[in-house]
Parts: sequence; structure tokens; C-alpha cells
Amino acid sequence: MEPFPPPLSPAEAAELKRRRRGRNIALLIVLVAVCVLFYALAIVKLAKA
Amino acid sequence: MKSPVLASGIVVAVPPVFEMPAEARDWIALLKPRVLTLVVFTAAIGMLVAPGHVNVVVAIAAMLCITMAAGAAGAINMWFDRDIDALMTRTAGRPIPAGRIKPGEALGFGVALAAASAGMMYLATNLAAAVTLVLSIAFYVFIYTMWLKRRTPQNIVIGGAAGAFPPLIGWAAVTGSITLMPLLMFAIIFFWTPPHFWALSLYACKDYARAGVPMLPVVAGAREARRQILIYTVLLLPISLLPWWLGYAGPIYGLCAAIFGLIYLATSIAILMDRQDASGISLTRDRPARIGFRVSMVYLFALFLSLGVDSIVGRLAG
Repeated sequence: MEPFPPPLSPAEAAELKRRRRGRNIALLIVLVAVCVLFYALAIVKLAKA
Repeated sequence: MKSPVLASGIVVAVPPVFEMPAEARDWIALLKPRVLTLVVFTAAIGMLVAPGHVNVVVAIAAMLCITMAAGAAGAINMWFDRDIDALMTRTAGRPIPAGRIKPGEALGFGVALAAASAGMMYLATNLAAAVTLVLSIAFYVFIYTMWLKRRTPQNIVIGGAAGAFPPLIGWAAVTGSITLMPLLMFAIIFFWTPPHFWALSLYACKDYARAGVPMLPVVAGAREARRQILIYTVLLLPISLLPWWLGYAGPIYGLCAAIFGLIYLATSIAILMDRQDASGISLTRDRPARIGFRVSMVYLFALFLSLGVDSIVGRLAG
């Protein structure tokens, strides 16, 4: 029986890890930035009110 | 490749080759970052010259929304145009035709970004800015990309309006309304767009012809395209002077608009005078058009920069 999912070569595994890491870091930056922006917006709107 | 068999005896299908997930930079490429530079800049100037004051956090949020909206429109455009992008040298390396991002993923990304940008714009600023933002996305996606681009050589003339929205949105974000001045900024970009893209299409003519996109040089020939570039540049000069003429901008802008306009006009004359054969094909590998394309970008950047500087100086003096 063929292993499932098919095994990756060491080079492919390293590349996969690198890409996932890059995407995760990018997502983290976006999420943190959105949280900070919404918090700052809420403060500004409350100050106006 | 043989299909693997699970312990239960069920045969499952797997993709023939392992697909690496796209990198973060591929998702960024979907947003057309080069186009975004001018979009963000013109929107910022729209906000700067608008009368009134806006909190810096609100201004940053509005800029972010405009960037997201323009990026979203770019991603949806790449999703729709993936077939012709694969045929053109200039666009074959984009994430979808290169196989790095699946079409459905790009569409989902674009739609989600568009919805988020409109919602956030409404929450951060006002309804007028949010509505203008939605209009700009809809115009670029439905009117330009889906309707005009593949049907008429006037695609970039009418479709150019999509790229003219950012200063309008920036202005609306500050004031909550749209008056004559933002419409003048809209008109400047609207009349700048055709000669800008026709210069590009002169030297990318074969690409457009292969993809079946009816750009002006493909349909009417290079000679006519050069003539139209000059006509639009001539029209652009007085239009760019209108903000000064009507009193919305000061002498700094007026002087810069006149000088920059004349330089751009000289570039367009050089395009018209390019050495060409009997059929209008350039004998210089479209060198003036290549220069003209770059000059047009610098022109718009410099023109809006002078508008911003003029506004700051005017406020400091007044």
C-alpha cells in the first residue's frame, strides 16, 4: 500500500515549512495591525462622542 | 501515480503532483502593488487638499481601506483575466497563470478584501466615502474588466475612470461630500489614463494582439494610437490647470502643472514623431513610447505632489 499522503523529499518539506512560516507570520502581522487599528479607531470615535 | 488504498480498502484519489502553498508575496502580487502606489498617493493628496480636519487614525484607516479596495479590484481582475494573462509575456508570471494561486482562492481573497474595505471605510469615516469606494471597485471589475476590456478599443478611455476614483474617495472621507475640486482631480487622472496605457500598448502591441485585447494600436494601428496619445495630452494640459484657474489651488500648483504638462506634451510629440515604417511600426523599438510611459507616471506623481505642497503652503500662509 502506498503511504498517504505521499511523502515529501527533505527539500520539499523544508520549502513547505518555509512557506507556511512566511504565511503565518504575514497573517499574524495583519491580525495584530487590524486589532490595533480598530482599537485606535474606537478610542478616536469615543473621544469625539 | 497509483491511487493510495486506505486500510479499510477504500481507494482515494490524490492530486497527481504535490502543490506547494503560495507564498505571502504571491498574495501581495495579486493586489498589483505597483498600481497601488499611485492609487495610495493620489488618495492621500485628495485627503490633504480637502477642506477640514480629520484625525490621523481615521486618515490612516481611510488610506488602508482605499489600498485594500484597489488591491481587491486588482485581485478580482487577475481572476477574471487569467486566460489572457497567460498569453501575454508581461503578465504570464502573475500568481494565477503561473499556477501559484488557484483562481477560486484569488476570487475569494478579492471579494473578502472588497467587502472588508467597504465596511471598514463606513465605520471609520462616512457613508459617502464608503459608497464611492464600492462604486470604484464595481466600476473597475464590472465596467472595465468584464465589459469593456475585451470588447472595445475605448476600454481604457471609459475604464480609466476606475483609476480616477482614489482622490475622490480621499476627499469624501474628510468632508463627507463631493464638490467640484475632487471632480477636477478625477478629470485629471481620467484624461491622463489613455495616453499612459496607450504608450504601454504601443510596445506591448504583440502581447495584446495575441491575447485578443482590442487595445487602440491593435485595432486602429500604431500611427493612430500615437495621434490619440497627443490629443489626450493636449487636452490634459488645460484640465490640469483648472484647479489653479478656478481658485482651488495656488500659484505653486499652477506653475508646476504648466511646466510638467509641457514636458509631458513634449514626450507625446516625441512619440508621434517616432521613426516608423509605412504601416506605422516603430523603427526604434518604440523607444519614445517606453520613455513616455515612464514620464507619464512621474508626471502624475509630480502633479499631485505639487497640489499637496501647494495646499500645505496655502494653509501655512493663510
